[in-house]
Amino acid sequence: MNTVYMDNNATTKTDPQVREEMLPYFCDLYGNPSSMHSFGGQVGQKINQARESVTNLLKCKSSEIIFTSGGTESDNAAIMGTLSSYPQRRKIITSRVEHPAVLTTCKELENRGYTIAEIPVDRDGRFDMDIFAHELDDNTAIVSIMWANNETGVIFPVEQIAKMCKQKNVPFHTDAVQAVGKIPVNLEKNNIDMLSISGHKFHGPKGIGVLYVRKGTRLSPFILGGHQEHGRRAGTENTASIVGLGKACELAEKYMHEENTRVKAMRDRLEKGILKSCPDCMVNGCTDSRLPNTTNISFEYIEGEAILLMMDRFKICASSGSACTSGSLEPSHVLRAMGIPFTAAHGSIRFSLSRYNTEEEVDFIIDKMPPIIKRLRELSPFIKV
Amino acid sequence: MWEYTDKVFDHFVNPRNVGEIENPDGVGEVGSLACGDALKLMFKLDEKGRLADVKFKTFGCASAIASSSALTEIIKGMTIEEAEKVTNKEIADYLGGLPEQKMHCSVMGREALEAAIENYRTHGKVVKKIEGNVLCTCFGVTDKEIERVILDNNLTTVEEVTNYCKAGGGCGGCKGQIEKIIERLKPEVSKSQKKEIKRPSKLTNIQKIQLIQQTITEQIRPSLRTHGGDIELIDVVGDKAIVAFRGMCAHCKTAEFTMKEVVEARLKEFVSESITVEEDNDSVSPDHKHQDF
Repeated sequence: MNTVYMDNNATTKTDPQVREEMLPYFCDLYGNPSSMHSFGGQVGQKINQARESVTNLLKCKSSEIIFTSGGTESDNAAIMGTLSSYPQRRKIITSRVEHPAVLTTCKELENRGYTIAEIPVDRDGRFDMDIFAHELDDNTAIVSIMWANNETGVIFPVEQIAKMCKQKNVPFHTDAVQAVGKIPVNLEKNNIDMLSISGHKFHGPKGIGVLYVRKGTRLSPFILGGHQEHGRRAGTENTASIVGLGKACELAEKYMHEENTRVKAMRDRLEKGILKSCPDCMVNGCTDSRLPNTTNISFEYIEGEAILLMMDRFKICASSGSACTSGSLEPSHVLRAMGIPFTAAHGSIRFSLSRYNTEEEVDFIIDKMPPIIKRLRELSPFIKV
Repeated sequence: MWEYTDKVFDHFVNPRNVGEIENPDGVGEVGSLACGDALKLMFKLDEKGRLADVKFKTFGCASAIASSSALTEIIKGMTIEEAEKVTNKEIADYLGGLPEQKMHCSVMGREALEAAIENYRTHGKVVKKIEGNVLCTCFGVTDKEIERVILDNNLTTVEEVTNYCKAGGGCGGCKGQIEKIIERLKPEVSKSQKKEIKRPSKLTNIQKIQLIQQTITEQIRPSLRTHGGDIELIDVVGDKAIVAFRGMCAHCKTAEFTMKEVVEARLKEFVSESITVEEDNDSVSPDHKHQDF
């Protein structure tokens, strides 16, 4: 068996069609989109097409799209760039289970005197709307809540949150890096002001992303220089990657149905198969509102890194919330926020599938997991064999 | 992805001496589920007072499992007095080294051994002895324990201390106190470092040869021996040290790499920047049989 890649929430295989689309923009069509000559101009046209592809996927206007270097830059820019619009407001609302791109930015702002309200989640990873409603006030400068969680796949009610923010006239940003390409997103039908996406999470290239900024949202320029991206994010465009991202958006629309049927069915079968064949394991995160490709399973009394390395011997790629380093007290800030006990949190494994996975691969993993888990449990002092 | 040596992988995938002993003479348990790793070590002595049987069970990452397995191999056959002297560094060296951030796994091995010996000496009365005051409340590490890792491993920064015993890796509230301990022990640490790095500015020929010999004995040979190899100094001509590999190293495919990256680098570090090494090909031991792993 070749590499069995089930770590698609970390990154995905670049679709060969995306690569083909990108290739001419290195050595042949290398012109600068801002140039006056048609050699550069044709690249500018292609970028406009890519922008159109993004708007088709997100259902928004092309003037609302800013190309960035990826999800992290988009998150940073959205949060940092909005604060100056309401300098008198001193509070930022986010959740406890955000990606570090958001949490670390908020930590930095806390050092600068902002109050950070981190909304908790329940045992199933669901966002606490009551506490959020209580926290949302006139002093709130921005709310940043992820659309779907990268570790558990749990989907948050961002459209409802956006509506509440709109009523209070508070800008709302969502990190939709894990959602876009996996579940339908329609910005025409909601009040989301800003949204981050990342190309490599849905079979596009790495190092390219988008910050969507709804018309009328006040956002300061975040990279100063030329006029590119309406002057908000200056610098010569990453042409090949933008073209690649455009293609990835096109393909994401095309495969959206498959993602929510075939991929979802494989995920469900994998999850059931493991739960059935391995004792003392459980799924983390509510299963009724979850990304179609993700499952997070805790194997009690054993440690995640050891499980991953055993899986690695069979070329199975997944990931673990647990990182056994001396510098981290908590196995995973997401699982700990959910109140998952240590017995289970240290041994959590995330499988995240994509359209490239096959039924044979699902069978292979279901077959290989029980002996791995059994072997490590034999070593564990917490289990009486 | 961690960069583990083949030996770590071997001891992770095929751990030695896993299990429990009925009626053990000593049992040591350290760590907890909350900390992310835990080790239960048991031993039984023979009539001569040697560790005849040693068994372990470990919850933790690959390097925690490998460190436990290595520990059991190291101490098997030792007397209590010998075993007591085993340091975490020896465990790490046995495995061909551990990533810096995983050094705490080797410390856990040494702690479990200490706890087991204490348990034996008190006839099972003491299950776990806590010496000193708990400084890092996140991981339950005492000041004595921190002092021990600093002195055993010549640590000079808080970050290193965290890598070796986790202290300071949680909330970080105890970092200031760790800093103070490092400051207090600095004279002792730098003394033992000086012992290791003796590099006089100008060397006589005799001093140079002695220093090369000393560096080989103290700095180079131990790490080669963990792989079943050895090294011999044949001659010193000017700044050129002529050496010969013995044992496993003699026909090792990576010998050339070892020569440059280990032997020459160490001699440059401890003797003089201008030292180069050359392998004496004529003196390869004829009886050597190459062993494949």
